[in-house]
Parts: sequence; C-alpha cells; structure tokens
Amino acid sequence: MNKKPVILLVLDILSLVFLAVAAYLALSYAPMEATMGNVQKVFYFHVANAWVGMLGFISAGVAGIAYLRSGNPKWDIVEVAAVEISLVFFLIAILLGSIWARPAWNTWWTWEPRLTTAAITEMIYLAYFMLRNGIEDPNRRARFSAVYTLVGAVSVPITFMAIRLFRTIHPVVIGSQSAQAQGGFNMSPDMEVAFFFSLFTFTIIFADLFWHRIRLGNLANKTEELKLKVME
Amino acid sequence: MIEVRKLVKRFGLKTVLRGLDFQVEQGEFVALLGPNGAGKTTFLRILATLSRPSLGEIRVAGFGLPHQAAQVRQKLGVVSHMPLLYGDLTAEENLRFFGQMYNVNVLNQRIGEVLDLVGLTSRRRDLVRTFSRGMQQRLAIGRAVLHDPEVMLFDEPHTGLDQDACDMLDKVLRDVAARGRTVVMTSHDLARVEDLATRYDVLSKGIISATSKKSELKSGNILTFYKKALAGENG
Amino acid sequence: MAEKQAPVAKSSNFIKAVFAIAWKDLAAELRSRELLSAMLVFGMLVILIFNFALKLDAKTRITATSGILWVTFTFAGTLGLNRSMAVEKDRGCLDGLLLAPVDRSSIYFGKLLSNLAFMFIVEAIVLPLYSLLYNVNLFNPGLLLVILLGSVGYIAIGTLLSAMAVQTRTRDVMLPILLFPVIIPVVVAAVEASGGYLQGMDISELRYWINLLLVYDVIFIAIAFMVFDYVVEE
Repeated sequence: MNKKPVILLVLDILSLVFLAVAAYLALSYAPMEATMGNVQKVFYFHVANAWVGMLGFISAGVAGIAYLRSGNPKWDIVEVAAVEISLVFFLIAILLGSIWARPAWNTWWTWEPRLTTAAITEMIYLAYFMLRNGIEDPNRRARFSAVYTLVGAVSVPITFMAIRLFRTIHPVVIGSQSAQAQGGFNMSPDMEVAFFFSLFTFTIIFADLFWHRIRLGNLANKTEELKLKVME
Repeated sequence: MIEVRKLVKRFGLKTVLRGLDFQVEQGEFVALLGPNGAGKTTFLRILATLSRPSLGEIRVAGFGLPHQAAQVRQKLGVVSHMPLLYGDLTAEENLRFFGQMYNVNVLNQRIGEVLDLVGLTSRRRDLVRTFSRGMQQRLAIGRAVLHDPEVMLFDEPHTGLDQDACDMLDKVLRDVAARGRTVVMTSHDLARVEDLATRYDVLSKGIISATSKKSELKSGNILTFYKKALAGENG
Repeated sequence: MAEKQAPVAKSSNFIKAVFAIAWKDLAAELRSRELLSAMLVFGMLVILIFNFALKLDAKTRITATSGILWVTFTFAGTLGLNRSMAVEKDRGCLDGLLLAPVDRSSIYFGKLLSNLAFMFIVEAIVLPLYSLLYNVNLFNPGLLLVILLGSVGYIAIGTLLSAMAVQTRTRDVMLPILLFPVIIPVVVAAVEASGGYLQGMDISELRYWINLLLVYDVIFIAIAFMVFDYVVEE
C-alpha cells in the first residue's frame, strides 16, 4: 500500500497521453460544426465531464450502501473520494455548459432539467461536506454521510423527473423547444470518433483520480494512526 | 449477571477500551472508579446497549450484546447524569410515557409505588421543568426502576447536586439496590461511593486495573486503594 | 422478578410505542406551545414579507399564491422539525427512548406523527388566514389533498434529517442545508399541483404531480424506515 502500484503509474501516463489525443481529436481532427463554429468543440468535453460526474455520483451511492451494510471504514474513504471527484467534474461540466449555452441559447444559464439537476446535485454535495465537518466522532460521521449519500442518490433522479415535467408543461421563456433545435446537430463519423474517445479518456481519468484519492484517504488514516501511537 | 470478556471499543482510530474483562454477580453493587476520559461512560453506554462494542463478548442478565439488545433493555434500568425526562410533562406523565414504552402492566398502581419510592408523590402533577436538579434526578431513578429491572446502571448520578440532594439521592439508591438488584455505578466521588458500593473497580487505560471487595478494605482505605490502582500496582 | 416476558418486538407494542411518542409530544406542546407559536408567527411573517416583496395585487395573487403557501410551509416546517428533535436531544431524552425495549423505527414513526400533526395545525391556521387576507378561496378538496401529500413527504424526510442535524456541532443551521436540496421534487410538484387546483384546472392535467408526490412519499418513508437505526444508534 505504501508503494505506488505500477498499474496506477500506467494509468497516470495513459490519462495524460489520452487527454492530449482527445484534445487533438476534438480541436483539430473533428470537423468544424457548420452553424455553431468553434463553440461546438466544448461539447466533447462537456459531456465527458458530466459523464465522470455521474460515475462519481453512482460510485458514492454504492459506497454509502456498502458502508451501511458492512460498517467497514474503507467504504467511507471510497465514498468521500467519489463525492469529491463528482463535485469537481460536475462543476466543470456546468461551467462548460454555460460557455456553450451563451452563444447557442443566448444566455449563461437556463433551467434546463439536466443542468438544473447537476446544480442541485452540487448543493447536495456541499451539504454533504458541511455535515461531515459538523461531526467529531468518525463512526458517526461515516454513518451520517452514508445515509445522506443514499438520500441524495434517491432524490436526484426524482428531482430530474420533476424538473423535466415542469419544463414540458410550462411555456418556455428562453430556449428549450427552440433551444433543442438551436443547440442540436447531427454528428458526422469524425465527430463521433472524437466524442467517444473523449468519453473513454475521461473514464480512464476518473479511474486514475479515484484510485489516487482512495490511496490518499488510506494514507491520511495511516498517518493519523501513527500520530496517535506516538502520542501515547 | 454481567459478564464482559475482552471488550474493545474504538472510535475511528482511537481505542478507548482495550480488552476489558468484567464480572458482576447478582446483588453486587459495583462502583466503577477512574479518572476522567478513562472510558467509564463509554463502557456503561455499551452495557446499556446505547453503543456497540467493536470486539468482545458481553452478556447482561443472560442475554448477549449487541445481538439480543432488545431483551437486555427489558431487564435494564439506566440513570445518567442527564435526567432523560421531558420538561414540559408532569412527573406522572413522564412515568406514564416511559411505562408505555416498557409495556408495564397495571401502570397506574406502579406509578404510585415509584413516586412513593423516590419521595415525589406530592409533586406528581407538577411539570418536571419546575423541579430542582435533585428532584429531577430522583424522578430519573423512578423512571429507571419503573419496569422492575434486574440490572441497574448509574452514570455519575451525583453530578451537579448539592449536599442535601446527594444525601437524598443516596437514600433512594440504597432502596433500589436493597431489592437484590445488581448495580454498576460510575463515579469519581470516592467518599460517597465507599458507603454505597459493595465492590470497587478501577478503570484506567482501557481495562479494569484493580478490583476490591468492600470487606477486603479497611474503612477509609479506599483512597489508598484507588491511588495504588492508578499507579499500576494491582492491589 | 422472573415473570415471563412477552416477545419484545410484538406489533401491538410497536403501535403502542408509536402512539405513546406522538402523544407525549402533543401533550407537551399543547402545554408550552413553544413550537407551534414559533412556527405560526414565523409563517405569518413570511406571508407579510411576500406581501410587500411581490406587491400582491389581485393579478399576481392568482399565480403566486401556491408558491407563497409552500415557501411558508417549508420554512415554518424546518423550525418545527428542528425544535421537535432538539427537545429529544437536550435532556438526553433520545437516550431515554433508545433504552426502551422498542423497535427503533417506532421512534421514527412516533416523531413523524407528531411532526405531521404540528405541520397540519400550522397549515390549518395559515390557510384560512391567507384566504381572509387576500380574499382567495382556498377550501378546495384538491388543494387539501396536495397539502396532505406534500406535507407527508416533507415531514418524512425532514424527521430523518433533523435527527441527524441535532447530533452535529452546527445543529442550528444544519437542517435546512441538508433538507432543502432533497425536497425539491416535493416543492415543484406541490406548487404546481396547488396552483393548478386554484386556477380550476382539471384533475387529469394534474395527476402527474399527484403521482409524483405519492411516489416521493412512499420512497422516502421506506428509506427513512430502513436507515433510521443508523442515525440514532452508535
């Protein structure tokens, strides 16, 4: 555990190389989209980031359930790692979405279901960290976080449904129906290559970061343990 | 009545109890002594089913913990330094509520007996909020004996009481113990404990480091015993 | 002393414990009225502020009423939930409940019942008052159904999260932060459905919202039931 595993090192290198390739594919290889121009390129990374956010979200929920079932503190470390990664990647996805929305829909923000749900998920994550900060006892902290992760994991899909229902019923102020048309486009095969490669790359990056963060959590635990031993 | 073997309790990475062994026979009144932070309250909370042990075997009144916690709870009366009572209910209403929670039979009669025992019959219709600390603590004992438990746990019941209140509390504690009940009480007031208990155990560094029956100690010697125990010379 | 003990987890005991807990909350509250008066005064202040913030003339009222009502209920509700759990924590009463030989979920359902009762009492006072002040008829069976379903969902998850919030260092501010992001479906559905009923929409147009509320209620009561042990036990 103390020594960095070789596979992790390989993952590090792969992440960097693939990221460079993905950037090349998206920025240079994929053809310029006719109506939107350069801005459309954001799309390759926006979707990939949101995808990683989703992966983190699901991993956190699974880790939370695993913790409640087993009581093994390892799952708490996994859960925090997943939430942290998901928090950052959803934030990037929202920012990239804004950059895309500005020229496409003529606004920085729209109450589009996916965007809104991502924002609400971020609020749940912030609440999650405030909850953790407010509890001293590590067992209780782990239990409460796992419970809240579970509550969040169930409420987010329902929130998404509610907002979508809300959007389909309401007359649209900005975008939406027309925005779908404005933002939509058909991918050419070249674009598909760039798109799927980007998804693949960010999945690798997710695995790499996830592993690093779990390792960090374990090491932090170990230092704490050693500190306690010294103090006795 | 109580049997604890190799009990370990960890909070995260911190180990509070380290393989503690502890036995109590029926009818014994054990005073659990020890410095602050030694884990007395933690140990009592585990016996009271409020906290789960990390490792170890525990049997209370014939049932294992934590798996048979519900059965243990039925046999257990607990008094803590907090009264565990509702301020906006009267003494009687508090007892009635907890009586229902314990499924006590013939509740009205039992409430009368208990109020008599703790000397609060005249204040039965007053709000607990208006009670002094000492009266609240006596009612808390009433709450704890309501279902006629076999084992009683007291966690620093004298905290925050003045001399008179302490003396009255001691009288009630003696009454409670006199009925063949098994009692474990934590305290750091040696003088007060010396009289009440029949056995003294010292908890330090996560284990029971010394134990002595009252009959084995000359009166007034409890302080020497306690100091020796903390210094690590098992006496 | 060696009398025979009935099996501890009998269902009649469970129901007895649930009602005992709910009853003692109501009895204590009817005496002190601390929680209800706080919720009510706060609720009225929210309406008062909306009156000036939104300049509630006859035209705005039609569209804004359902939103104002639910904001009022949500905010007043957190006050009530917080107070109701703080009472358990302050004198160690939660430990007292946990020491009793009853199933932990009976504590959850008992608190759920009393919290729901407080919520309904507040709603039963706020609604006629709002009707009176703004001359809007709020006695619409559809609206009452929505308020019932919305309140159940809100209190179901609120009771669980308030039990967590009171056990944290920052307990006074923790509850709304934990609660609001996860009750958005309730707020969206309840506001939309209430607004629909007030504008005389047909039930067939609003059944999605009612369904959503029902689904939310069932799911979150089930989840709270499953995880409440982890929130109160060490």
